[in-house]
Amino acid sequence: MTEPILKITNVDLGYGELKVVFGVSLEVGTHELVGLVGGNGSGKSTILRAISGMIKPWGGQVIFDGQELGVQKPHEIAALGIAHVPMGRQLFANMTVEENISLGAYLPSARKKRAENLARVYSLFPDLINKRKDLAGALSGGQQQMVAIARALMLGPKMLLMDEPSLGLAPLLVKEVMQVIRSVAETGLPILLVEQNVQQVLKISDRAYVLDNGKLVLSGPSPELMGHPMVKKAYLGL
Amino acid sequence: MDILTTIIQNLANGLLIGGVYALIGVGLSLIFGVMRVINFAHGDFVVIGMYSALVIYRQLSLDPYLSLLIALPLGFLLGLVLERIILSPLVDAPEDSTLLATLGLALILQNTLLLIFGAEPNSLYVSYATATIKLGPITLSLIQLIAGAVILVVIIGLYLFLTRSEAGKAVRATAQNRLGAELIGINTLAIHSLVFGFGMVLAIAAGIILIPQLFATPAITGPVFTLKAFVVTVLGGLGNIWGAIGGGLLLGVVEVLGASYISNSYRDAYGLVAFLLVLLLRPEGLFGKTVKRV
Ligand SMILES: Nc1ncnc2c1ncn2[C@@H]1O[C@H](COP(=O)(O)OP(=O)(O)OP(=O)(O)O)[C@@H](O)[C@H]1O
Ligand SMILES: [Mg+2]
Repeated sequence: MTEPILKITNVDLGYGELKVVFGVSLEVGTHELVGLVGGNGSGKSTILRAISGMIKPWGGQVIFDGQELGVQKPHEIAALGIAHVPMGRQLFANMTVEENISLGAYLPSARKKRAENLARVYSLFPDLINKRKDLAGALSGGQQQMVAIARALMLGPKMLLMDEPSLGLAPLLVKEVMQVIRSVAETGLPILLVEQNVQQVLKISDRAYVLDNGKLVLSGPSPELMGHPMVKKAYLGL
Repeated sequence: MDILTTIIQNLANGLLIGGVYALIGVGLSLIFGVMRVINFAHGDFVVIGMYSALVIYRQLSLDPYLSLLIALPLGFLLGLVLERIILSPLVDAPEDSTLLATLGLALILQNTLLLIFGAEPNSLYVSYATATIKLGPITLSLIQLIAGAVILVVIIGLYLFLTRSEAGKAVRATAQNRLGAELIGINTLAIHSLVFGFGMVLAIAAGIILIPQLFATPAITGPVFTLKAFVVTVLGGLGNIWGAIGGGLLLGVVEVLGASYISNSYRDAYGLVAFLLVLLLRPEGLFGKTVKRV
C-alpha cells in the first residue's frame, strides 16, 4: 500500500479534564472508504473534531498528506484539503441551496473551479437542481444531507470526513445516502465515514474500525468484520 | 388640509431622523447577528463619530460631511483593533463575559472622551444648518436631506456587500452557522473583526450626521444612543438587520409624532413605550415570527 493520506498514531483526546479517546491509531489510504463505527458516546465525533482542528490532541500524532496537524484552526485544515460534513449538517439555513453549495468553494483555490464543480455536484445530486432557489432550512433531512455533501465537495478536497450522514433519515433515504457516498468514493476521493449505523457502513466501506468507550477494539476489511462474532452480537443484533 | 400637511411634515421629519437610528440599529444588529455579542458601547461609538467630526472641523476646518471620508476608515480600523483586543479572546466564552466586556468598553470610552473633551455640551455649527428646501407643501431641512442621502448610500452599499460579494456571503454564513462556515474555510474570527469594524463605521457615520443637529456630552449622549439602538433592534427583531431599518424609521416617526402631538419634553420616552409594547405583544420583533438572522 502507498503512503496513507491520513495517519493517526496513538492519539489521546478529551474535553476539559475528561479524557474520552485513548491511544487510537488509524489510517486512510489514498483511495479508500474507511468506516469508523461504535456506539453512543464512544468518541467517533471527537476523533473527527480533532482531525478538523476543532479540538487539539492531548497526545499522539495526526499526519495528513505528509503534514502534521494539531495547531491549525478548522478553516486552515479546510485549506489543506480536508472537507468535513459535520454532524447535524450545519447548513446556512437562510441561504438558498445554491448559495450554500457555491459557498463550499469559498477558498481561492476552490473558487477557480467553482463552475466546473457546481456542474459536477448537480450531476451527482440531480434532485437538488429543482431546489436550487429554495432556502436550505426548508428542505427535508435527506435533501439537507445531500446539500451538506455537495457543499463539502465544492472545496475540491483531498479527503472527506463524514459524521453520521444517516442520522435522522428514513431507512430508504439512508440507503440512498450510502449509495451516494460509495459513488463519491468511486471517484477516488478518500473518505473517513463515522456512523452508528454499523450494518450500512460495513456494506459500503473497504475497511472499518470499531471504537468502544474511546478505545479501538477491532479493525479489518469490512466484509470480514461483517462476519465477526463480536460485531454481529454487539452491533448487528444477530 | 392644514392637518394633513402637518402630518406629512411630521412623517417626513420622523423618517429623516429615523434613518439615523436605522444606521445605528443596523450596526448593533449586525454585530449581534454575526458575533452573538450585545454591544453596550454602541452609543459611545456614535459619540466617537460626533467628536471626531468636531476634532476634524476644529483642526482642519473640514465640513462634517467631508470628514466622513477621514473618520470612517479610521473608525473601521478602531473597530477591528477593539474586537481583536477585547472580544476575540472571548469567542468561546459564555455570553455574559462578552456582555461585561462591552459594558467595560463603554465605561472606558465615556471616561476617555470626558477626560479629553470635558463635560460641557458640544455641537458643530455649519453655515447651512438652518437652510431648508420646500417640497410642495412641506419644508425639509437641508442637513437632514443630506443625512438621508448619506444613509441611503450606506445602507444600499451594505446590502450589496452582504448579498453580492464573496466576503459578504461569508459574513452571512458566519452569522447563520459559525461551525459550518469555519469548515468550508472561512476564517470566522476575521469575519467577527470585520463586522465589528462595520458596526463602528455605521455608528460613526450616524454620529457625524447628527452632530450639526444636537448637543453631545460624552457620558450622557452615549448611553442615550445605546438605549435607542436597543429599541431599534428589538423593534426590528434581534439580529435581523433589515428589520432594524424598519425599527429605526418607526422609532423616528414615533418620537416626532409624540413630540408634536403630546409633548416635546418626553421625546426620548415615546420610543421606550413602543419598545415595551413590542416586547409585550410581539417579542420576536415587528417583522416576522422567527429570529431571522442576517
Ligand atoms: N463538548 C464536549 N464537552 C465535554 N464532553 C464531551 C463533549 N463532546 C463530547 N463529549 C463526551 O465525549 C465522549 C465522546 O463523545 P463523541 O461525541 O465523540 O461520541 P460519538 O461516538 O460521536 O457518539 P454519537 O454516536 O452519540 O455521536 C462522550 O462521553 C461525550 O459525552
Ligand atoms: Mg458523534
